[in-house]
Amino acid sequence: MSGSLVFAWSGVLLFGLGLFGFIAHRHLLRRLLAFNIMGSGSFLVLVGLAQDGRGVDPVPHAMVITGIVVAVASTALALVVFRRWYRTSGRTDLPEDT
Amino acid sequence: MSLRILSAALLCLGITVALGWAVLDRPAPEENLPERVTSAMPESGVEHPITAVLLNFRSYDTLLEIAVLLLAVVVALALREAQPDRPEQMGLENPLLRAVMAWLLPLILIVAGFLLWAGSYQPGGAFQAGSVLAAAGVLLRLAGVTTAWLDNAALMRAGLALGLLTFLGIGLLVMIPGVPFLTYPLAHAGTLILVIELTLTLSIGLTLISLFRLTPPYADDPDEAREQDAEAP
Repeated sequence: MSGSLVFAWSGVLLFGLGLFGFIAHRHLLRRLLAFNIMGSGSFLVLVGLAQDGRGVDPVPHAMVITGIVVAVASTALALVVFRRWYRTSGRTDLPEDT
Repeated sequence: MSLRILSAALLCLGITVALGWAVLDRPAPEENLPERVTSAMPESGVEHPITAVLLNFRSYDTLLEIAVLLLAVVVALALREAQPDRPEQMGLENPLLRAVMAWLLPLILIVAGFLLWAGSYQPGGAFQAGSVLAAAGVLLRLAGVTTAWLDNAALMRAGLALGLLTFLGIGLLVMIPGVPFLTYPLAHAGTLILVIELTLTLSIGLTLISLFRLTPPYADDPDEAREQDAEAP
């Protein structure tokens, strides 16, 4: 019981850290990294809470593996968009932020 | 500036504490999902519960996931600039990497095949095998090995779409006897899942490789890029 809570709390902590990084940084790459840390935190919460007293629940595990692959693909897509943005505008942040 | 950081830190601390409390004080789930999955395992055609959930009980999720992957790579292809995709520019002129690749590549392929096969009875499956395949593709690219079949646009696109098309096709074909979409017949469930996983592995691997290849280390600096564009015919 307490083991699964340790994982879930670590996930919550990662989520909070990622959220702070996402708000505090302007650079798009740093924001992307922070967003990925938030995502990893929520995956850890899902996997950690999937093991309550009744055995391991495979449904959240399957959801998390789907989520990891989608997160990798969206990160790569974001990087492609950021590079295009940098090439056209020469900026590493968005004009709305400054 | 520091006021902004401080308020952000306080906000995030508050959210973290609230979430931690919510995790501790969560309501018990009404449905006993592990038990339902265990009782439905004989109908799934595979022996590992996570694979059964991924490709049988909740195959809609996986179908839409591979659709999202395809969408990501299509958008990346659309945003791609007309730039020469020069593998010799990968910047790692390292003979050691090339030599090690000759040893690593067969091993990587064996590991990918094993992970795919293992998915039916232990942790493993299409996603893990696809990621390992993609790692092989990235290493090949870093070593500067040219692969003619990866540069063939038509073949590449067919490979990217293969997973989703096979998944959709099988999902539709099983409807012929009058059962709902993606409800595999019990006798052939194992075979159908293996076929789907095989094509998914290929498509996931190719998707990740092409997302990596779509951002070659061509001039990132805007001024430099303009110079290179001017030089280009």
